[in-house]
Amino acid sequence: MKRILIQDTNGDQKKALRDFSVSFTTQLRERGLSDAAQVVTVADIGVYNKGIVAKILPEGFIYVNLDAARIGEIIEKTIQKGEKVQDLLLDKKNKQMRLGLRNCGVIDPESIEEYIAVDGYQGLAKALAMGPEKVIEEMKKAGLRGRGGAGFPTWMKWNITRGIKGDLKYIICNGDEGDPGAYMDRSVLEGDPHSVIEGMMIGGLAIGATQGIFYIRAEYPLAVARIQKAIDVCYTKGLLGKNILGSSFNFDIEIRLGAGAFVCGEETALIASVEGLRGYPRPRPPFPSVKGLWGKPTVINNVETLANISYILFHGGEAFGKIGVEGSTGTKVFALTGKVRNSGLVEVPMGITLREIVFDIGGGVFENRKIKAIQTGGPSGGVIPEQFFDTPVGYESLQKLGSIMGSGGMIVLDENDCAVDISKFYLGFCVDESCGKCAPCRIGGTQMLVILKKISEGKGTEDDLKKLEQIAQAMQKASLCGLGQTAPNPVLSTLKYFMAEYRAHVIDHKCPSGKCASLVSYSINKEKCTGCGMCARVCPADAITGTRQEKYTIDAAKCISCGQCFDVCKFTAVIRQ
Amino acid sequence: MVVENLVNDVKEVVTRWKDKEGNLIMILHDIQDRYGYVPREAALEVSRQSDSPLARIYEVLTFYNYFKLQPPGRFNISVCLGTACYLKGAPALIDEIRHLLHVEEGATTKDGIFHLQIVRCLGCCGLAPVITVDEKVYSAVKRADVAGIIAEHSKAVSKN
Ligand SMILES: Cc1cc2nc3c(=O)[nH]c(=O)nc-3n(C[C@H](O)[C@H](O)[C@H](O)COP(=O)(O)O)c2cc1C
Ligand code: FES
Repeated sequence: MKRILIQDTNGDQKKALRDFSVSFTTQLRERGLSDAAQVVTVADIGVYNKGIVAKILPEGFIYVNLDAARIGEIIEKTIQKGEKVQDLLLDKKNKQMRLGLRNCGVIDPESIEEYIAVDGYQGLAKALAMGPEKVIEEMKKAGLRGRGGAGFPTWMKWNITRGIKGDLKYIICNGDEGDPGAYMDRSVLEGDPHSVIEGMMIGGLAIGATQGIFYIRAEYPLAVARIQKAIDVCYTKGLLGKNILGSSFNFDIEIRLGAGAFVCGEETALIASVEGLRGYPRPRPPFPSVKGLWGKPTVINNVETLANISYILFHGGEAFGKIGVEGSTGTKVFALTGKVRNSGLVEVPMGITLREIVFDIGGGVFENRKIKAIQTGGPSGGVIPEQFFDTPVGYESLQKLGSIMGSGGMIVLDENDCAVDISKFYLGFCVDESCGKCAPCRIGGTQMLVILKKISEGKGTEDDLKKLEQIAQAMQKASLCGLGQTAPNPVLSTLKYFMAEYRAHVIDHKCPSGKCASLVSYSINKEKCTGCGMCARVCPADAITGTRQEKYTIDAAKCISCGQCFDVCKFTAVIRQ
Repeated sequence: MVVENLVNDVKEVVTRWKDKEGNLIMILHDIQDRYGYVPREAALEVSRQSDSPLARIYEVLTFYNYFKLQPPGRFNISVCLGTACYLKGAPALIDEIRHLLHVEEGATTKDGIFHLQIVRCLGCCGLAPVITVDEKVYSAVKRADVAGIIAEHSKAVSKN
């Protein structure tokens, strides 16, 4: 029995789609094939903006831009013979490319045998044969830059620490994943723990470290358990401990847990936390690569960075360097979320455009709303409005737009999201998470937040917009660590691109997207109101009264602008202004 | 709290970590895993056994959000306030919980049944907004669903 899955749609194609399904079923019946195939409408096949889309099972062919004239051909070729109708096939030029996530969802993360079967620990074996200098050489060819945010070339970082004399050095994996809308590091730790361990061992070998430490946030218990299990099995297999794989290389790994402090993602604060102290950052220099954990030379690498290293050593730096673009090689994993149709982790080669990520992979925004911008880099990043979506992804290209690559959060914003509100969200996060050690971050952040709150309540002035910029610049220049230096970025970038929206708040006292509760008012359109009373039932302030005949009204004095009536009304009778 | 056990529990934890430098945070994690929070008695005992001043222990406990100083509720409601959940309406869910249970974030209801906490990104942004009650995950939650989620658990309590 074959199945023809047809993707449902809400748009203007609804009727065409129904006609198509009906004719397909009819033609099957006419040919006496009713028992051989069945037409089913399904919610989602994952292909958008390509007309009528159908997937034929069990073959799995996806046909796009269908119309009724082609049904006969599909039945003859695919249903009866199992052959493809070439010109209807979805052009599956897969835009994704999985390096960091290569084994996630593919192998059993708790089985070292499965990891070894996909060439696991071969990169380490090669590294051991090459020796440290050649490993760093290989990393230089690869051009890998840190995936944790700053994008510092990994080979360079390693080379500095390698050059420093010392009997004891450390390599730490930064698994603190602080960006509050991103989870790629967690997926790698949980889905492919051995690749990260292998990367760490290669790094350890290159810099001359004998001790590795995983710093993982306690909120990720499964990641911790998987890494611990992987470490344990490595010891039993002679992959950790003394004389690894018969070489003279000795290496140990242990886990330390974070405890819910964003600032501990910053290198010097992370080190303090591993030392069992409050996670206060320290002034740099000295840099951790020179003087880090317990005063010893220390390299800190992000999870995704490390997962790439085992790949690079196995496949060679040159091969890796060919992926992506000049200056930004390889791939990047993004957590694509927000108002996008297909949320999820995507891994793409550098150099792909933002538009391809958001539309071709993500399927665009929901309900055909208008897309406004994407936000990358989380609380340290910025927004990128739609007119720049043809920019290729890379460290410098995103920075030029006033955002950053960051660790990989990519949030899609639509016309219902407000620029002021989103900056308030990110800044509020940084104020919550500021450790309070230095004044620019502690006081500057709080003052900026006070101003943003004022603006969102319609009490801001044009002068406030200037003040925001002034404080932001002071914070960028004078804060002790990356948290305070980058916290103003979301505000600055929204000011840059959405000044008109800020001005609407301070001059007209309006929130154009209707998000800032104090600036919107609700009323009911009596023409459209059917008197069903749903609005009155959900209203938490008892501000809505009426009857079926007289229709309903909102008492503005009681209304708290929560918007529940607006959300619940099926007849679009509630007006938001 | 049974004090004998506490002394032994702490001894076990402190012994496990005794050879590791910078072990205080890990010791406190183990204690919290055991009791669901870090009771003052336990902090005192850690101070005694590991020979570090109590101030040093509270310095750490109060810096890190993850450590709880109050016993958790019978059920722990976590509302995600990560970016995706925020954009998709998590603040309204928090409002609704506050309104229904008269509880502020980080606090427990008077009857000790529900504890409300705000967390940042549970790593399932595709299902936003997300609420968890202990291990159970509720996805794409709407304001109107909150009462039902709470009722589901209150009922479980009244049955026992
Ligand atoms: C406030 C703040 C938070 C950070 N959070 C993280 C994090 O959660 N994960 C991470 O890998 N890097 C984070 N970083 C960046 C690290 O300090 C560091 O640059 C990175 O771990 C280095 O690894 P890489 O070179 O492999 O990217 C953060 C930086 C700052 C300033
Ligand atoms: S933001 Fe809530 S799960 Fe990611």
